[in-house]
Amino acid sequence: MRDVAVVGIGMTKFGERWDKQLRDLFVEAANEALKDASMGKDEVQALFVGNFSAGSFVGQEHVAPLLADYLSLKSKPAFRIENACASSGMAFNLACMAIASGIYDIVMVGGVEKMTDISVSEATSVYAKAMDAEWESFFGLTLPAAFALIARRHMVQYGTKPEQLAMVSVKNHRNATKNPLAQFQFEITVERVLTSPIVSDPLHVLDCSPITDGAAAIVLCSAELAKKYTDTPIYVLGFGAASDSIALHDRPDITTFSATVKASRQAYKMAGIEPKNINVAELHDSFTIAEIISYEDLGFCEKGKGGLMIEEGETEIGGRIPVNPSGGLKARGNPIGATGAAQIVEIVQQLRGEAGKRQVSDAEIGMTQNIGGSGSTCVVHIFGRQRR
Amino acid sequence: MMPKSPRIWQLAERRYRLLGSKCTVCGKTSIGPRSVCPVCGSEKIETVQLPSTGKVYSYTVVHMLPAEKDGYGPYIMAIVELEDGTRLTAEIVDCEPEDVKIGMPVELAFRLIGQESEHGIIYYGYKFRPIISRT
Repeated sequence: MRDVAVVGIGMTKFGERWDKQLRDLFVEAANEALKDASMGKDEVQALFVGNFSAGSFVGQEHVAPLLADYLSLKSKPAFRIENACASSGMAFNLACMAIASGIYDIVMVGGVEKMTDISVSEATSVYAKAMDAEWESFFGLTLPAAFALIARRHMVQYGTKPEQLAMVSVKNHRNATKNPLAQFQFEITVERVLTSPIVSDPLHVLDCSPITDGAAAIVLCSAELAKKYTDTPIYVLGFGAASDSIALHDRPDITTFSATVKASRQAYKMAGIEPKNINVAELHDSFTIAEIISYEDLGFCEKGKGGLMIEEGETEIGGRIPVNPSGGLKARGNPIGATGAAQIVEIVQQLRGEAGKRQVSDAEIGMTQNIGGSGSTCVVHIFGRQRR
Repeated sequence: MMPKSPRIWQLAERRYRLLGSKCTVCGKTSIGPRSVCPVCGSEKIETVQLPSTGKVYSYTVVHMLPAEKDGYGPYIMAIVELEDGTRLTAEIVDCEPEDVKIGMPVELAFRLIGQESEHGIIYYGYKFRPIISRT
């Protein structure tokens, strides 16, 4: 199996991009990634693009060839991967395998979502399609409600407090003030989170990632070719992916994402490292409870101690394992299909030492963890400055 | 919005009568119709009557409503654990949001779930309500 390296990254400003269409956002990010890699379009052999629901958001399916067409990739194969919020994380995983196998030498991974053309209640219905349409959302469950059910159990089983959930949001908002591409560039307080309107109790609006337009793109190639394009290739050291039941009620314990546990163990094994070796991580904080549970599932702390980990500041920039220096899904924004790619863009910037005011010092090894739906998909990647 | 009628009919009996799938090999039961056991992979699945009482395993009060529930909420959603251990997702009715608790005993209530449009078909299914001790 061949080693894989990232040689180019690009990302649009995340937020309410009323001036731009789905295709415009993708092309902007993709062109930036190609420029970053000093690479011509004709060198890209295939496109793997993550997109959740362009059909529901903007009435467009079959987006992969559309995006290839508008980027002028000509006749190159274009694949669309849909795994809800984990779409572009899974696209990146497939792209790694395509290069590792020797089928392709250079591929582009993209992620894009255009969500603000419909109302909030309509968007809430679209999110709910990431769960079991017949046995969950039919009866009135929404995606925030699913995470609220998870949060309630975590509070009962482990004593996790609403204040600890709020601290995740406070940290991620603070980090986003140092990220010029983030959707929200203002600080908030625990009190402001806890007095913000309730979405689905115990989750407040400031516990939830926003509705966002945006795109991100990555150029990756075989490790042998990487130095031709950049002096600072970032290597893929390990990856893993796993599934869990589509419906939350079919899981024996809803306070853990077993797909995260399984995906991360595969990735640690492939990279030959342990959780303590991770210097910086972009984790899936679609809802604040998800970041806390992810600390536990990834082995950053003991089961049930995630609330304590945020409270003690261990995941702040400068802490033991800085998490979501970009601002995370919460404050960088969560354009569903683009989120996994945006996480990878951040980790590559961190490992290159190009993250500006939010730079984690001496970051050698970084991780991304991308969850789909209520935890039915999880994909984990581990990156390093040095080749395995 | 796309008419849901054909999909509603496919699952109507299951939802009206609270039928489940039981694996005769490992004993796992689940609410949806399945031809393969999600736990052991066996194809020996039988349709069973699920118990009509259980307890609240987790709950939330939904304030931000999906488009289909416009004007309806806030409403309580829960994972209910039935007497035989099968879990399902359902709305809790005949209960104030401040009264719902984890472990609260609940029983089946057959109710209207939604309507396709103002003059469209109405669809029904299960909800759960607190068991009131009748002394």
